[in-house]
Amino acid sequence: MQHYLDFERPVAELESKIKELRRLSESDGVNIVEEVGRLETKLDRLLVQTYTKLTPWQKTQVARHPERPHTSRYIAQLIEDFVPLAGDRLYGEDHALIAGLGAFDGRSVVVMGHEKGSDTESRVRHNFGMARPEGYRKAARLMRLAGRFGLPVISLVDTSGAYPGVGAEERGQAEAIARSIETCLQIQVPFVSVVIGEGGSGGAIAIAVADRVLMLEHAVYSVISPEGCASILWRGGDQAEAAAAAMKLTASDLVGLEVVDEVVKEPLGGAHRDPAATVAEVGRALARALSGLEERKPGELLRARRDKFMGMGRLG
Amino acid sequence: MSWLSDLALPKIRDLVRKTQTEETLWTKCHGCEQMIFHRDLEAAMNVCPHCGFHMRIAPDVRLRALFGDGGFTVIELPRVKADPLRFRDRKRYPDRIREARVRTGRRDAIVVAHGEIGSRPVVCAILDFDFMGGSMGTAVGEAIVAAARLARLQEGALVIFSASGGARMQEGILSLMQMARTTAAIAELKEAGLPYISVMTNPTTGGVTASFAMLGDVSIAEPGAIIGFAGARVIEETIREKLPDGFQRAEYLLEHGMLDMVAPRSELRRRIASLLRHLMPVRSREGALLPVPANDAEEAAPA
Repeated sequence: MQHYLDFERPVAELESKIKELRRLSESDGVNIVEEVGRLETKLDRLLVQTYTKLTPWQKTQVARHPERPHTSRYIAQLIEDFVPLAGDRLYGEDHALIAGLGAFDGRSVVVMGHEKGSDTESRVRHNFGMARPEGYRKAARLMRLAGRFGLPVISLVDTSGAYPGVGAEERGQAEAIARSIETCLQIQVPFVSVVIGEGGSGGAIAIAVADRVLMLEHAVYSVISPEGCASILWRGGDQAEAAAAAMKLTASDLVGLEVVDEVVKEPLGGAHRDPAATVAEVGRALARALSGLEERKPGELLRARRDKFMGMGRLG
Repeated sequence: MSWLSDLALPKIRDLVRKTQTEETLWTKCHGCEQMIFHRDLEAAMNVCPHCGFHMRIAPDVRLRALFGDGGFTVIELPRVKADPLRFRDRKRYPDRIREARVRTGRRDAIVVAHGEIGSRPVVCAILDFDFMGGSMGTAVGEAIVAAARLARLQEGALVIFSASGGARMQEGILSLMQMARTTAAIAELKEAGLPYISVMTNPTTGGVTASFAMLGDVSIAEPGAIIGFAGARVIEETIREKLPDGFQRAEYLLEHGMLDMVAPRSELRRRIASLLRHLMPVRSREGALLPVPANDAEEAAPA
């Protein structure tokens, strides 16, 4: 059963009409090729119309779409000989942030990302992609491992935020995020991040202080969720749509603010309509970004990475 | 000043003084609710003499307490873009900024000064919670970068007093980026071999905690300070349970290994001076290490 977002209702109606016609033609032998063709053209046009002018709030919904490809999908399609690595060596293993070694485009890398899960069982196991301190400490540990062996780091960002829980606070959620950011700013290897879905606040930036930050066309990246922002500044969560617009959280906004380096196009109708093509496109962008960085000297990379983030928000 | 200010100002002040009521002379403690006479409160640096509750304290009072009267210089902070997102919620962001400036007399939520503690150069940054909840936007980020850079230039220590609700939402993603920016500045200070002491005061939460506040070589907190990443209300709504007693208080964090010490306000200067004596050995002209003084004789008169 495909999941449709509210604003996709006209698309849903058209698709069910096409499906119905196809079923009829199979059972009755009626030739309706022409009619189906006409409807499919109409569907494409409708998708173009809808998806070329998504509002920031609609993009937020697309970014959270349950069928959107998640980190595990990217690893399965892009990484060969993947060896998952677990644990922070201090307290536990966090399934909300998965990581390991693998080969990407002919080279060994450390790859990591938030994993939201794709059905009830896996969502619970991955804590809906909301990492605890152990997740960030594991990320930092594996960044250091990458640095030690000269392996590039790829991080995939897809979280509504770090987990707000009692245990997470007791074990130093803030310290773990701060330390992960610090580690991002210490490793002397090429480092590329891709915001593939939701880039939620501190939980996102903890693994995204990279040489190149890429972002999918309909992904969002922000300091707080639109709902959270609305409830604080507008005193009502129902103002999320207005908050989303004010926050400048879309990929094109963030390129304008020089926070994101490159936008990766999504297939017509969003990543959830064609996960394989989306992942392949991200793979091509990642390969380009990494080979560009590999030409540079390690010390130079780190200097440039620090300068880039030190300059964010500077006047002129 | 002109003749006008000499003549007119005292009279206006008298007028104001006459209208002062009992209320402004007495402050109710936020902890034990007892009334405290304003002179007693000032003398105790806004710590309740009855229950020890640490109330908010103005950054300039803190600076005087740390460096002594006239023992420091406040630096002018670099300017930043006024309203990078052209943000508007129920109010325009520039209007909120203007109100905060009028209320605090400050350009943004931070003060940076430099001085000496125990003849060691020290740069001190203080977040002002009264300015939009001490929230970190580009101005605060820029100030932390400037403070760390000044400390490196002076080969001095960096001491940051945090008090913040977190990132400044009106600057959106640029506020989030200040976490990386301030962390980079702290990393470079540390690589230069200089100490960074983080003092967390009530409250220190969100993106400030999850960046420079938690990266101190030594972490200190004032008693009772709320310190955390997520807000208590958000956590309660997520887990749908009551939070444990003392949750996110300084003493709770100390028990969980997140702090080196909880120190009352009156002791902060002495503690910081001791730490710097150990972490920043003073060398004689010949380069030999000088002995660490046994007690704080050189620190005899805290302001």
